[in-house]
Amino acid sequence: MALKLNQSEFKIERDLSKCISCQVCVRQCSNDVHEYDRDSDVIYSDSSKCVGCHRCESLCPTDALKIKERESQFRINHNWTEEHLRNIYRQADSGGVLLTGMGCNKPYTIYWDRILFNASQVTNPSIDPLREPMEIKTFIGRKPDNLEFEMASGSNNNAAKLKTKLYPQMELSMPIIFSAMSYGSISLNACKSLAEAASESGTYCNTGEGGLHKDLYKYAGNTIVQVASGRYGVDVDYLNKGAAVEIKIGQGAKPGIGGHLPGEKVSRDISDTRMIPEGTDAISPAPHHDIYSIEDLAQLIYALKEATDWSKPVGVKVAAVHNIAPIASGIVRAGADFISIDGMRGGTGAAPQVIRDNVGIPIELAIASVDERLREEGIRHRASVIAAGSIRSSADVVKAIALGADAVYIGTAALVAMGCHLCQKCYTGKCNWGIATQDPYLTKRLNPEIGTRRLVNLLKGWSLEIKEMLGGVGINAIESLRGNREHLRGVGLTDREFKILGIKHAGEAW
Amino acid sequence: MKRIYIQEEYCIGCRLCEIYCQVKHSKSKKIIKTFKEEKSDIIPRLIVEEIGYNSFAIQCRHCQDAPCVEACISGAMQKNKNTGAVVCDENKCVGCWSCIMACPYGVIKRDISEKKVASKCDLCIDEEVPVCVKNCPNEALKFMEKDTDERNKVKVKNEG
Repeated sequence: MALKLNQSEFKIERDLSKCISCQVCVRQCSNDVHEYDRDSDVIYSDSSKCVGCHRCESLCPTDALKIKERESQFRINHNWTEEHLRNIYRQADSGGVLLTGMGCNKPYTIYWDRILFNASQVTNPSIDPLREPMEIKTFIGRKPDNLEFEMASGSNNNAAKLKTKLYPQMELSMPIIFSAMSYGSISLNACKSLAEAASESGTYCNTGEGGLHKDLYKYAGNTIVQVASGRYGVDVDYLNKGAAVEIKIGQGAKPGIGGHLPGEKVSRDISDTRMIPEGTDAISPAPHHDIYSIEDLAQLIYALKEATDWSKPVGVKVAAVHNIAPIASGIVRAGADFISIDGMRGGTGAAPQVIRDNVGIPIELAIASVDERLREEGIRHRASVIAAGSIRSSADVVKAIALGADAVYIGTAALVAMGCHLCQKCYTGKCNWGIATQDPYLTKRLNPEIGTRRLVNLLKGWSLEIKEMLGGVGINAIESLRGNREHLRGVGLTDREFKILGIKHAGEAW
Repeated sequence: MKRIYIQEEYCIGCRLCEIYCQVKHSKSKKIIKTFKEEKSDIIPRLIVEEIGYNSFAIQCRHCQDAPCVEACISGAMQKNKNTGAVVCDENKCVGCWSCIMACPYGVIKRDISEKKVASKCDLCIDEEVPVCVKNCPNEALKFMEKDTDERNKVKVKNEG
């Protein structure tokens, strides 16, 4: 079509005094933006194809390239913003649903940035984590209603023995888990990096709904296996290999929406892992067709517990939606050992843009209301709460735990550590960073050795920072922070937001 | 001795190894100047082989019993006893190309920019790590003493 109403989103600036025509940019761009002209020994760039992933800029050896946001071509209008116009033009061209990747990027209130953490002064001592022990080990799973002890008889008079039988737990060296990203949505090299980093750091990764690739069996002890609506890759061996089982009901980026891995991406390897024919579309239905009620969910939870011989925690992942508190209560009562809540800013490999940007609620409010409700009902100990949906730093982790989560899932942060630049084009399968793609030319770009190293470093850095923050408030175990909202204060929020978050305004004291 | 090992599954075909090799063997050692002013003179001393999405950078294997050293008619090609590197003394080289014919890896090139000489990897002896290895963005090249990886052991054996 000759009529082109949308212009380039990015401006490619090439400093010709620095460009040595080495063609690294040409070879690295999967969108064919750069083209070398042999006659004039110059590289021409077509900015209309640029997705702003900054791969070429990062690899340019002479720093000759700059990818910049292009100034708006549209007349300024605060109602009909550039984004609305662009989307309408695109849809008028295609007639389809607009797809996107990663999490919601709309300027809704980010409550993390309105919450401040406390520190000790005078009345209680702060702790230096480099000199004193600091425990951030976390257990995920159902905790007993009460503990019973019995005194051991015999010579050792004072030895007490725990009589209560404990429920199966996942033991995390830090309250951070890699969230569900399936093999299919991300490359095997990305999956390997996550799995290896999780084992090395003493935490867990989540298979997502794509099954467990045979190369990842060795990390299965540090893997949460997911059972989603498509049941891809699920059999009794898969369930028993994992450290825990998670039933995926929903995802923060697209609550109420299923998944679709196009047939082109279902290679031999993926078809084996997902246990579906090669080249067929992998469609995850929006609901689980055997779960139409809380009672149905309970059936599946107990079926999975039975299949795994009651040896591992079985949890349920849901998106944070309007009635998340009663939903969470129902899930706990249905027998889940942990509940994962994915906030509206959680990422995805592909989702309709309209859903990603307009459906669900922020995770901060969801954690607070779920924790509150479960405590009120006296069932908080029956399930751990894992918070997900845009945990960007160790500060977000600490705030999430103080609001009432047991641990957090990180997905986007992990991908960013491996090189992701949030261009939001995961759904095209042309990820220049070798993450969200199955093209063998591109997947090579993520060396799992480097990916693992960077992820381990990220986790190490965050756990050191978490310890520093805990030490600052004079707490020496993460257990004492959980739900400890007294250590949080808010700024710039309304009374109602303070009430939901259950925190005081900055300046308010006891 | 330390050698350069290839992890071809992580070579992304960007050819930054070639570029930095050229810079290293240029007069100015400055990347922009090398390419803007000296480029035609400098041959990269390694080769990036590429078929479809498979690629790898290969340079002199610095063989134990190097066929090029045996083939050399002028004594220019020598294996340094201390460093283990096979290096061509360009002052002695007469440009007969016997080494090129003898090399089983095809990694010696003709440099006819000035006096005809054989151009090959010198392992960047004055650097801690060869520049191709140092500048590979995906660690597809590794410079190490001995590889514990089974798969690479086979390669070492093949090198004789």
